[in-house]
Amino acid sequence: MILHILGTWIAAGLTIAIFSFLYKDNPFYKFAEHLYVGVSAGFGVIYVWAFDLKPMLVDRFISEHGVERWILLVPAILGILMLTRWTEKYAYISRLPIAFTVGIGAGLGITGSVQGFLLPQMQATLLPLTTINNVILVIGVVTTILYFYFSHEFKGASNIILRVAIVFIMVSFGASFGYTVMARISLLIGRMFFLLSDWLHII
Amino acid sequence: MKFWERLGAIDRKIIYTVIGLAVIIPLVTKLTFPIRVSDTVRNAYNSIERLPAGSIVMISIDYDAASGPELQPMLIAVLRHCFKKNIKVILTGHWALGLPLGEIALNQVAAEYHKKYGQDYINIGYRPGYTALIVGIGREIRDFFSTDYKRVPIDSFAFMRRVHNYNEINLLVGLEAGATGDAWVLYAGARYGLKMFFGATGVSAPDLYPYLQAKQIEGILAGLQGAAEYETLINEKGTGTLGMPTQSVVHGLIIIFIILGNISYFVLRRKKE
Repeated sequence: MILHILGTWIAAGLTIAIFSFLYKDNPFYKFAEHLYVGVSAGFGVIYVWAFDLKPMLVDRFISEHGVERWILLVPAILGILMLTRWTEKYAYISRLPIAFTVGIGAGLGITGSVQGFLLPQMQATLLPLTTINNVILVIGVVTTILYFYFSHEFKGASNIILRVAIVFIMVSFGASFGYTVMARISLLIGRMFFLLSDWLHII
Repeated sequence: MKFWERLGAIDRKIIYTVIGLAVIIPLVTKLTFPIRVSDTVRNAYNSIERLPAGSIVMISIDYDAASGPELQPMLIAVLRHCFKKNIKVILTGHWALGLPLGEIALNQVAAEYHKKYGQDYINIGYRPGYTALIVGIGREIRDFFSTDYKRVPIDSFAFMRRVHNYNEINLLVGLEAGATGDAWVLYAGARYGLKMFFGATGVSAPDLYPYLQAKQIEGILAGLQGAAEYETLINEKGTGTLGMPTQSVVHGLIIIFIILGNISYFVLRRKKE
């Protein structure tokens, strides 16, 4: 119970310290900011050790036998090689694990993007022009793609296509901005709710 | 003219104060507005509602404390819905710093519905490298999660013995503050046919709508509004519902600020010309 109260007071104090930046930069804000970065980093290190390195590498190396055991040395060595980036002389060795990671990422990315994004999205855009929504969607997709087609200069009448595309792009930016405002206000509401409810018990 | 000049040069601290009051006053006065449920949220709700008791839902915590106010109410609402319908829950996550938030919600809602760990729900924790992980679970979940987050073998829990890959998981609920949702769609959805819906922060939600339009996902809960709508559907008021009146007041205020700012800008520009 005491720990809970103490935790609430610390959280409230840190929230106010962060909010104090709205007035101007000050030592309380800096303290809270640095504390957050430090705690997050420490937390991350513990998680990587507890949920990745220990169960997936150390524990498995002890419990597995034969090839299953020795193959674990491959990711372990690649991981250690990544640390050579800290030394100027041997930093080039880190390109090996990076190449490995990039290779996997590219392989997964290409298949995933084609199978999971490009084809389903194309399929979803090839719509019968029987409803207003479908017409708007198809015009939006086609004009926006043409807007980013840089091998041809759109002049005269064809310039209308770009103007239509800009309208669609602006509507998209507006929607994203509206959602972003909602998201940021939600965060403020969350903190205010915490201060008024958990800390001050007003609501 | 002086009024518009003054308005154009207003101190930002005054705007912060007005916004602060616009947040505090509706919360303290417990202002309520009706909440209209959108089709995207209703479809998400129905994807759980349709599942029979004993089905398995995987919930992925792909956010951290910075997005907690938006996504935590969604997690609580989805957990309540699952436990109400006696659906089993597997909790995982790709954001290391978000897993404790998942655990807090899981413990809170499980206690409300008298659900038992290992029997009705399980927390398998976090592993890094989400793309390879999502693909790998499609083969065998034990390759990555042979134990739960407390290092207890998952095979010691009865309902987990029948779970090997996405074939045994009826639905994924991804709570997204970043790009992990894309990976769920691209790899678990497209490759393995896993059904899913997302709860997303306001910032991430617009990026997920193309998947909804292409019917690659069942629905989207977008921002605090999405959480409030889901709470309305399950008839359980939470922080989403409590926060929406405040959200509406502040939105109205921001619209007024934008209009006044623009009028001030154009008046001053005309004066200069």
